Amino acid sequence: MVELTGSAANLTIAGRTFGSRLIMGTGGAPSLEVLEAALQASGTELTTVALRRVDPSARGTVLEVLDRLGIAVLPNTAGCFTSAEAVLTAQLGREALGTDWVKLEVIADEVTLLPDPIETLDAAERLVADGFTVLPYTNDDPVLARRLEDAGCAAVMPLGAPIGSGLGIRNPHAIEMIVEQAGVPVVLDAGIGTASEAALAMELGCDAVLLASAVTRCHDPVAMAQAMRHAVSAGYLAAHAGRIPVRRYAEASSTMVGRID
Amino acid sequence: MHITLNGRPHELPDGSTVADLVADLPHRGVAVAVDGAVVPRSRHDEPLTEGAAVEVVTAVQGG
Repeated sequence: MVELTGSAANLTIAGRTFGSRLIMGTGGAPSLEVLEAALQASGTELTTVALRRVDPSARGTVLEVLDRLGIAVLPNTAGCFTSAEAVLTAQLGREALGTDWVKLEVIADEVTLLPDPIETLDAAERLVADGFTVLPYTNDDPVLARRLEDAGCAAVMPLGAPIGSGLGIRNPHAIEMIVEQAGVPVVLDAGIGTASEAALAMELGCDAVLLASAVTRCHDPVAMAQAMRHAVSAGYLAAHAGRIPVRRYAEASSTMVGRID
Repeated sequence: MHITLNGRPHELPDGSTVADLVADLPHRGVAVAVDGAVVPRSRHDEPLTEGAAVEVVTAVQGG
């Protein structure tokens, strides 16, 4: 079993270091028991939760699961359509969970769930001014990623494809451009369907991958969580191993010298 | 006193506070906003006013 160790495994965002480059979401799991087993198998050390109105009939909570596993909680602003909603939701998350970290998510509509760039940037500016450590979910747009970094975000989190779509990374070139110019960690967030896509994200130079549905909604979440854990490690190792150039024609790996006649 | 609690009409004795509303909820993972602004735990003993729109939220699976 190949596991990253030491600095290769470590993801540092805003001065805080995590021993895994896989950030998990918690949405979509059929039960808290399945979620707990999958999170454990993933090796994640940072995991998102949403904020919703209290349901007095709810049994058990996702926080109990995260606390048991020693996983840091990252509140998000999922379901917000405007900057104002996202700012209030982030502030509620800070009050509820005692962290000034927030995964900023401001979506444009319920069909695509694509980030609204105008509202996202506006919310990012407000939250940074309010002392938050902002990790924005963003489009695969290098210009917007740069603007979010300029606004003081602690990372940028471009999508590979729409949330929950499992379409993988539709524009690898754009992700590479974001990585090349970014001075903050880049987290590929959304669209991952299977392990090879998580590996690709890392090979493109991303610092981490954030995913939920690929694990929580698949047939065997524990197996897929393990697969993602190894995919992120494999992709990171490959990205830093100095891959061979792509050639149009073959290059023999066995020497032609000393062949028998 | 009539307020709106998580989007629904709710009746409370006059002088009720945020603390009264969340008395049965765990401390960790719960936050309250009144009329669009977060009310920190240190101010939960302040009385609510007639017509207040109160949101009580908690962390759930998501993202």
